[in-house]
Amino acid sequence: MDQGLQELGEFIQLSMPEAVTEVIQEHEELILICALEKCVSLLTFLRDDSNCLFKILSDICGVDYPEREKRFDVVYNLLSTRHNQRVRVKVFCDEGDLVPSATAVFSAASWYEREAYDLYGILFCNHPDMRRLLTDYGFEGHPLRKDFPLTGHFQVRYDEAQKRVVREPVKLAQAFRSFDFMSPWEGVSNTPIEDQKTHNTCEKDS
Amino acid sequence: MAAHDLKNLTLNFGPQHPAAHGVLRLVLEMDGEIVERADPHIGLLHRGTEKLIEYKSYLQSVPYFDRLDYVSPMCQEHAFALATEKLLGVEVPLRGKYIRVMYAELSRILNHLLAISAFALDVGAMTPLLWWFEEREKLMEFYERASGARLHSAYFRPGGVNRDLPSELLTDISAFCDRFPPMLDDVQELLTSNRIFVQRTVDIGIASSEEAMDWGFSGPMLRASGVPWDLRKSQPYDVYAEMNFEIPVGKNGDCFDRYFVRLEEMRQSLKIIRQCLEEMPSGPVKTEDRKVAPPRRAEMKQSMEALIHHFKLYTEGYKVPKGETYTAVEAPKGEFGVYLVADGTNKPYRCKIKAPGFSFLQATDYLGKGHMLADVVAIVGSMDVVFGEIDR
Repeated sequence: MDQGLQELGEFIQLSMPEAVTEVIQEHEELILICALEKCVSLLTFLRDDSNCLFKILSDICGVDYPEREKRFDVVYNLLSTRHNQRVRVKVFCDEGDLVPSATAVFSAASWYEREAYDLYGILFCNHPDMRRLLTDYGFEGHPLRKDFPLTGHFQVRYDEAQKRVVREPVKLAQAFRSFDFMSPWEGVSNTPIEDQKTHNTCEKDS
Repeated sequence: MAAHDLKNLTLNFGPQHPAAHGVLRLVLEMDGEIVERADPHIGLLHRGTEKLIEYKSYLQSVPYFDRLDYVSPMCQEHAFALATEKLLGVEVPLRGKYIRVMYAELSRILNHLLAISAFALDVGAMTPLLWWFEEREKLMEFYERASGARLHSAYFRPGGVNRDLPSELLTDISAFCDRFPPMLDDVQELLTSNRIFVQRTVDIGIASSEEAMDWGFSGPMLRASGVPWDLRKSQPYDVYAEMNFEIPVGKNGDCFDRYFVRLEEMRQSLKIIRQCLEEMPSGPVKTEDRKVAPPRRAEMKQSMEALIHHFKLYTEGYKVPKGETYTAVEAPKGEFGVYLVADGTNKPYRCKIKAPGFSFLQATDYLGKGHMLADVVAIVGSMDVVFGEIDR
């Protein structure tokens, strides 16, 4: 365990007790679990405090855990060039929860939040320009959610007769195959082989 | 005509445009020839890489990284390999690390050759592209000799590199290092003091060091703004800690500085490659842990155990213990990070790819505001964006 990181984590928790609910260290990386409504003030503190100076926002991303009560993680990866340190801030939110936008703290947050909205349907409030970013114009659904099928719902092709691109439901030439490698040879908690044939890992996840 | 009759023109730039570097679509709001607002529309090359990776084993995920930034494939693999190794707790043998560092630097030259020459083409200089494409082809031959493929190499894998280098390859790379610097000098002579090139790039698209950090810049874009920050120095991975090289830093943060930083980086990369060639140790190139790296072909002819390992690795793959990490490398374009969440199965639960170009392109509006239309082309060119990694 890294002593410097440990101290930094404790310092941040002491300075922002109402925001930081938990400090975790994993693989020598510092993770701060933050209350949803306090995340902007924590990010501002992390950017401006002289012991932190995390001035670069490397990344914001969503992670989906459908079985959890609060379904999504919003993960902020910050970098301090002054102290040569990284920190990861995590907030939990559910579908429909409004996450305060970090665009006022970091200009770079804008597209990352648009991406998280696009791919996961995480809603950010006070964002100046919330539109879809990566998916097609007129796309429906949030493709990186675990319950969104890998093949998607629609396919497009150019129709010679109508002289335009048409959108149709996906037709698969071969059924979607998902191999279950939770092998019965190792570990005991696996499903028997007969069950694996009927089960699809995709369905299990959802 | 009265003033109130004038209104701004909305101009669509791309997605098919020679200066769009792929499939960028820019919606520009113009006041005459001045850009009032630039709204990049991205995602035209979105292939759902992150989603696909969630359905593939760790080894099967590697080739997707080649297809992100297809100008410097091995550097992206490097990030994924390091992240997976971190979660697995696997140590790479020394020769494997040296080969990786050497190839990461060859990739950097490969990338910057295209970045600078395509940038020069955008602002009107055609010759660098013609000259340097030949050099790129030579470098891709080295790729091919090591991995079997010119572009999509899938060479850096969790646990080391796929296979050892063929004999003679090191001698040929060394010969290349001797022949290559004059090519750099030639183009530098063509561009650095070229009046047109200088007028098109100096004081265009300036980002101060504060602004560059605010916009999340990294790599040459950040260094051109005067921030001496390089992950190879500050958070060294593999054997970068032992390498002797310097970090070129710009002063003004304009398009010209970005060009110049990249040019100098290539010379530093050559230095690293030379050092790797000199110090290249012998030994295995990938971990001997048979639960992660496959056994040698010869071994499989003799040993049942080895055969089982091979079969299991190429069907099921290895299971990565539960955990998460954000691991970043200094890719040629900037900080390329992989946020990997493992849930204890043989597939990544989440693999978020942080592409450097994404944050550069985001700043197009900020950097381009108030400039001429032609300067937007120079700004986008100086960012060195590749849509494979931005759209993912």
